[in-house]
Amino acid sequence: MSMIEMTGICKAYGGVPALSDVRLSLEPGRAMALIGQNGAGKSTLIRILTGATGRDSGQVVMDGQDVDFASPYEALESGISTIYQEINLIPQRTVAENIFLGREPTRLGMIAYKTMNARAAQALAEFGVDIDVSRPLGDFNAATRQMVAIARAVQLESKVVIFDESSSSLDRREVEFLFSAMRKLKAKGVAIIFVSHKLDKLYAVCDDVTIMRDGRTVGEHVLSELSKKQLVEIMLGKTFDAFTRSARTEAPRETAARLRAKDMQTNSGLASVNLHVAAGEILGLAGLLGSGRTETAHALFGADKLTHGSIEIQQKPVAFDRPADAIVAGIGLCSEDRKVDGIVPDMSVAENLTLALLPSLTHWGIVDTKRRDEIADVFIEKLNIKVASRTQKISQLSGGNQQKVLLARWLAMNLSILIVDEPTRGIDVGAKAEILSVIKDLAAEGLGVLLISSEMEEVVAVADRVTVLWDGQTIADLSGPQITEDNILSTIASGDAILDHAEGAA
Amino acid sequence: MSINHTSVPGAGGARDPNNMRAALGKNAMGLAVWATLLLMVLFGWLRYDNFLGAYNIFSFFQYNAIFAAISLGMCFVIVTGGIDLSVGGAAALASVLAAMASPYGVMPGIIVGVGAGMCVGVLNAYCVVQMRIAPFIATLATALASTGTALLISNNQSVGVSYETLFIEFGQGDWFGMPIPAVLVGVLFVGGWLVLSRLPLGRRILAVGGGEDASRLMGVRTDRIIFGVYIFSGVMAGLAGAILAAQFGAGQPTEGTGWELFAIAAVVVGGTLLTGGEGSVVATLGGVLLLGLLFNMLNFENGKGWISLSAYWQSVIRGGFLLVFIVVQAKIAQGREAAKHL
Repeated sequence: MSMIEMTGICKAYGGVPALSDVRLSLEPGRAMALIGQNGAGKSTLIRILTGATGRDSGQVVMDGQDVDFASPYEALESGISTIYQEINLIPQRTVAENIFLGREPTRLGMIAYKTMNARAAQALAEFGVDIDVSRPLGDFNAATRQMVAIARAVQLESKVVIFDESSSSLDRREVEFLFSAMRKLKAKGVAIIFVSHKLDKLYAVCDDVTIMRDGRTVGEHVLSELSKKQLVEIMLGKTFDAFTRSARTEAPRETAARLRAKDMQTNSGLASVNLHVAAGEILGLAGLLGSGRTETAHALFGADKLTHGSIEIQQKPVAFDRPADAIVAGIGLCSEDRKVDGIVPDMSVAENLTLALLPSLTHWGIVDTKRRDEIADVFIEKLNIKVASRTQKISQLSGGNQQKVLLARWLAMNLSILIVDEPTRGIDVGAKAEILSVIKDLAAEGLGVLLISSEMEEVVAVADRVTVLWDGQTIADLSGPQITEDNILSTIASGDAILDHAEGAA
Repeated sequence: MSINHTSVPGAGGARDPNNMRAALGKNAMGLAVWATLLLMVLFGWLRYDNFLGAYNIFSFFQYNAIFAAISLGMCFVIVTGGIDLSVGGAAALASVLAAMASPYGVMPGIIVGVGAGMCVGVLNAYCVVQMRIAPFIATLATALASTGTALLISNNQSVGVSYETLFIEFGQGDWFGMPIPAVLVGVLFVGGWLVLSRLPLGRRILAVGGGEDASRLMGVRTDRIIFGVYIFSGVMAGLAGAILAAQFGAGQPTEGTGWELFAIAAVVVGGTLLTGGEGSVVATLGGVLLLGLLFNMLNFENGKGWISLSAYWQSVIRGGFLLVFIVVQAKIAQGREAAKHL
């Protein structure tokens, strides 16, 4: 018998249907992958199952009984717990308090802190996490907080555990712990829903898959019977070859470097970074986490001070005291964290798009709204941004379209160099390909692009040259046919040896 | 270990020196209040005659019990990230109604006073939770409304309490040499400390202040918690009003102005963040005593006859003191942050 049977679920927001006739069926002891592009309705479906949002119609049956949870509390009481993508814990409270909030072990009605801390430490130890559980959660990094959230769900002894993008902030080893936890849960007869954009991970742990598209269930399969390609095809509803490297038809028109950095050193960890970008060229920056990719972007953008080395724009040395100087010199930076540094959620698409341009759109303190709207329209069309109108709030857009608005914001500034840091993070597969093709088009029009991405295949797919960083230093500069995933990986793998050799020679 | 890249290097046990420094910093926040209190008492004892005399101590606790009561309620509201500006108005209304009920006995007087405060609290809770009105606005409105109601009912006159019953004993009497209001409020503080620091309920209250959405998704019934703290704050304001009427022998419709600011100041001086999620009942008590003592000492200073400080000057001095204290406290907090990142 199914643990959960959702049928005919419908939900509309302000007349716009988010879900129509969705179904989902969970079996005890099995893990269900729930996949779909951003905006396909996965989050809404989960919010309905967990009582965070009400449904318009449809039926949810749990253990043979009709249920309709009015609040997350009720769902939790019935044994459904969720680990959310945006980690929902209380940073001021200790790790142990977060794990046991609402279920604190007590003695004579008072919280038994010793027991609670010991049990929390034990629960975390199962995932290979050894931390002081009596410290505030806010003292720890995102990966640790994620593991705490998982320990909490396990501790609640739930019948259904939902992992909403729970692996996105974990490294490989931590993901292994997560998967072993999921397997343990399955062995106990728990039903699991795993939402992830990383298709490889789904195959490692999931038994079944439910695929959603445009607010509908478009596939329910046993996962092992589908290939990754078939999966993506059902998800996108079209055949798809985003990540094949297409040979660039025209070579960069200009060969002289427009931006050149020589022996950059900073207090943020750069030891010796050399790179150059020509007009019309996409330079990929590859390297492990912590190799200095983002720090390089910040140094070039004037956000971090150089302690040594130089930056040249068109052979002329420049010194940036602050990002505003870099912008004036024609450099833009699309940073990795859209939500924190980029968008103003309550402003319209047009306002967000022209935010950096505002000073030049303002006459005597009054914004020239007509010109603003013209500019917005140009870029909405140029970048194929999907909006109902330019006055729509940006927060209503999907991640991919928000990213395009941010790109457009910089493009509207008439830059000569654009640094894009992780442009496809948290964006679904279809939109990723589109963002990458936008970047390629921009380079074709003469923009110099510095592309930072931890997705190796992206770098390989679009970069004309790749500079490889290792421990804050440039260790290789690959171009043309040298750019393959294998090559980049083996360069990174031999980073130590390359540096040793260089020092020996010097 | 796989997960050791915390923002704190070596997030080890309690013996970790970084850990100890951070813990010391946290205690230093509360410690500053008690150390300052101690210094002030010492200064007062050396400078003023009868400062530690039985009479001054008795009246100090008797009078400040009123402010302690509203500050305790305020502490709970602020910990959830809210604010209650209506405590002064609610107390004034409660004092008038308690005075009017005092002919029927001590208990009726107290119950009517507390009930009046509770009604204001329920109204606040309803506006904040059900109507989703910002606490600042909602409680500002009920503050005006309850003050107005108090003035209407009393016709802008103080309302004498009945001397037939023992009602004034409730405000002026003593139990084993301690003023009754202070004993009562002291017991409530112990209860409040127990709830916030030792009971599961306290973890939920703190969690709501730390992140309302996160708490709800973790299964905390946030609406109930928020509803509860506003009612509690109203009840405490009502109690303060009843004590006021009993202590001064009359319901005072014009009293209570600015009390909410005293309570907020006491809570903040104690180190509770206005953003919610952190806070302590003990520290709030420290804040109340600190502000009360300052007032008391200014009165003694006037009594010495060297200088004569008008009420206006007293306000300026209290404000200045508060500012200096909070700046120093912020410095300590920054030191704590720095210690964390060493």
